[in-house]
Amino acid sequence: MPNVKESIEAGTIEAVRGLEADRYSEGFVTDIEQELAPRGLTPDTVRFISAKKEEPEWLLRWRLDAFERWREMKEPDWALLSYPPIDYQDAHYYAAPKNAAKYKSIDDVPKEILDTYAKLGIPLREQEVLLGVEGARETAAAARETPRIAVDAVFDSVSVATTFKEELARVGVIFMSFSEAVREHPDLVRRYLGTVVPPTDNFFATLNSAVFSDGTFVYIPKGVRCPMELSTYFRMNARGSGQFERTLIIADEGSYVSYLEGCTAPMRDENQLHAAVVELVALEGAEIRYSTVQNWWPGDSEGKGGVYNFVTKRGDCRGARSRISWTQVETGSAITWKYPSCILRGDESVGEFYSIAVTNGRQQADTGTKMIHLGRNTRSRIISKGISAGRSNNTYRGLVSVHPRASGARNFTQCDSLLIGSSCGAHTVPYIENRRADAQLEHEATTTRLSEDQLFYARQRGVGEEQAVALLVNGFVRDVIQKLPMEFAVEAQKLLEVSLEGSVG
Amino acid sequence: MLELKDLHARLTLEGAPDRAILNGVTLTVPAGEVHAIMGPNGSGKSTLSYLLAGRPGYQATSGSARFLGEDLLSLEPEARAAKGVFLSFQYPVEIPGVPVMTFVRAAMNAQRASRGEAEISAPDFLKKSRAIAERLRMDPDMLKRPLNVGFSGGEKKRLEIYQMLMLEPRLMILDETDSGLDIDALRIVSEGVNALRSPDRAMLVITHYQRLLDHIRPDRVHVLSAGRIIASGGPELALQLESEGYDALIAGAG
Repeated sequence: MPNVKESIEAGTIEAVRGLEADRYSEGFVTDIEQELAPRGLTPDTVRFISAKKEEPEWLLRWRLDAFERWREMKEPDWALLSYPPIDYQDAHYYAAPKNAAKYKSIDDVPKEILDTYAKLGIPLREQEVLLGVEGARETAAAARETPRIAVDAVFDSVSVATTFKEELARVGVIFMSFSEAVREHPDLVRRYLGTVVPPTDNFFATLNSAVFSDGTFVYIPKGVRCPMELSTYFRMNARGSGQFERTLIIADEGSYVSYLEGCTAPMRDENQLHAAVVELVALEGAEIRYSTVQNWWPGDSEGKGGVYNFVTKRGDCRGARSRISWTQVETGSAITWKYPSCILRGDESVGEFYSIAVTNGRQQADTGTKMIHLGRNTRSRIISKGISAGRSNNTYRGLVSVHPRASGARNFTQCDSLLIGSSCGAHTVPYIENRRADAQLEHEATTTRLSEDQLFYARQRGVGEEQAVALLVNGFVRDVIQKLPMEFAVEAQKLLEVSLEGSVG
Repeated sequence: MLELKDLHARLTLEGAPDRAILNGVTLTVPAGEVHAIMGPNGSGKSTLSYLLAGRPGYQATSGSARFLGEDLLSLEPEARAAKGVFLSFQYPVEIPGVPVMTFVRAAMNAQRASRGEAEISAPDFLKKSRAIAERLRMDPDMLKRPLNVGFSGGEKKRLEIYQMLMLEPRLMILDETDSGLDIDALRIVSEGVNALRSPDRAMLVITHYQRLLDHIRPDRVHVLSAGRIIASGGPELALQLESEGYDALIAGAG
């Protein structure tokens, strides 16, 4: 972009500073009777969680081993993030609505929780998904045409409802909460759990391995194209708790699945810890598309409150010609520490990472990806768009690693940063490790300030200032938005507008 | 329609010293008329256009500017646009990722909304867009591309006029629209501009050269020098400048 000015109106900066908490419409609290693990983190906490979930002995052992390991580990400090020390003993590691284990069907789920999801726009009743179509007769026909989404709803530490399970089961797709999968498909879980993100992987992943609560388990059988989008909607509600979900998706040979993940939390003036682990396994010829719209409470304009989001997401392209694609829209959280990665083990496997990370107010994000090329003729593509406003800091951190066996490996990386105002920061930290002379690695990076010239041009044509910013930002992120599933793209676009409201004066 | 009275202005940009840019401009453009503003580089021509459009940093210090009887200088740029002020930029900016039609439709609907009108329907918009693109001999594919990105100088100017025809403003300010246009393009663009001439519209045409005025015939010609109008006359004044240059006139005015 030419004509990039060093300055932007003083009013712009003022308005950013005045960023109001009330713009976060998901910030309400659901008042419901809770069952909490006692505050603190000891082997007994781990036993408490495991017992709540009626887990087999091997899993309890697995957790306890991770816990022992975690006690020896140090919190990483290499990210460009600053926050006061976290007291890991000062949180509840399990929080669930009372009697949650007993929900046999959607009819048992308390009204407060159903209302919560309704308010968030997440359909939990399968028939609701089909509503909005005139006449019952047309419903079935319409259902074939309108895209349907199966939802696993995770409320604090438990999954409260999972839709379309039966219909998916008919084609052999397993879609259920992680806790259920441990009971119903222990062999599958045991075979794959921890094989992509080992329990010793890093401080936060190891913590998760010890105390993980609920999450989603997906298995797509050989040759099956999953007939609908699968999704998990994570909601953190309880005060003084953290969320430690674990998601495991296995796409067997030649299968395909598109999975969406959404997250929100109430506005609380304490910091809530979220340390999730997501593991993806793509076998020969399989494809997994994983999309995230992360909208955890970012804290108020002065940086009070907000979610600390320390997440380990990794996909293993285990089979030849497999493909994993991560698309993320990160607008929430006070702190984001997240590097969805691909291990390109299978020959000719493909890894992709498309990211939009927006920070405003006092938010800090250190996010990116790792593409580990192990197999022959593996390809990866990284498109990262960082937008910083207010007094926030936004860092892209990425690794492209080409191992000796990975002949013909190719990577293309493009990192663009957009600055709004002059009190924010954008940083790009790309690491490249190459052990092959024949690798083709391309890296492009740009940093631009939202230009006053562009804003004035749009305003001269009649577009108001806030809408002009939204228009320019949408232009900036367009190539990533286009990678999102349709329904998510619309949501993401709206979210961008809300996230950047008040970023100009 | 447009009335400027003893307008003084300063340019205040962060990191640069303030400087006076207009030193008392008085000018009346009645509805239905086309006025040309000519003058050497640095005389304040573009400044005047930015000031009227409301560009941040361009501040009136005294005098007044009224458009349709209203104080123009108190309005935000987008409010001026909604009232019908259109500036065809000398250097149109590039907006990556935003297709031309998306941009123009957003502009049109924003203007309509602020006037309390309903949004234009997609078919009506497309129909209008197609007709105007055809009139300006524009490749329709150009309208699907990000605004001005990778466009030639001439294409950018043509696109300004496309937007002007789409938005149908009341006061059109053309800032050196002729630069970057070859002779054929100049004729096509001028035809487009002339099509908007009407008794309830007015136009300010800023140019260095007579050649644009062969196509867009002005009713009055004003010569701007050092932030003041030093001469006004009919179309013959432009011809006189073409043959004698600005120097003689400026020396005479000094």
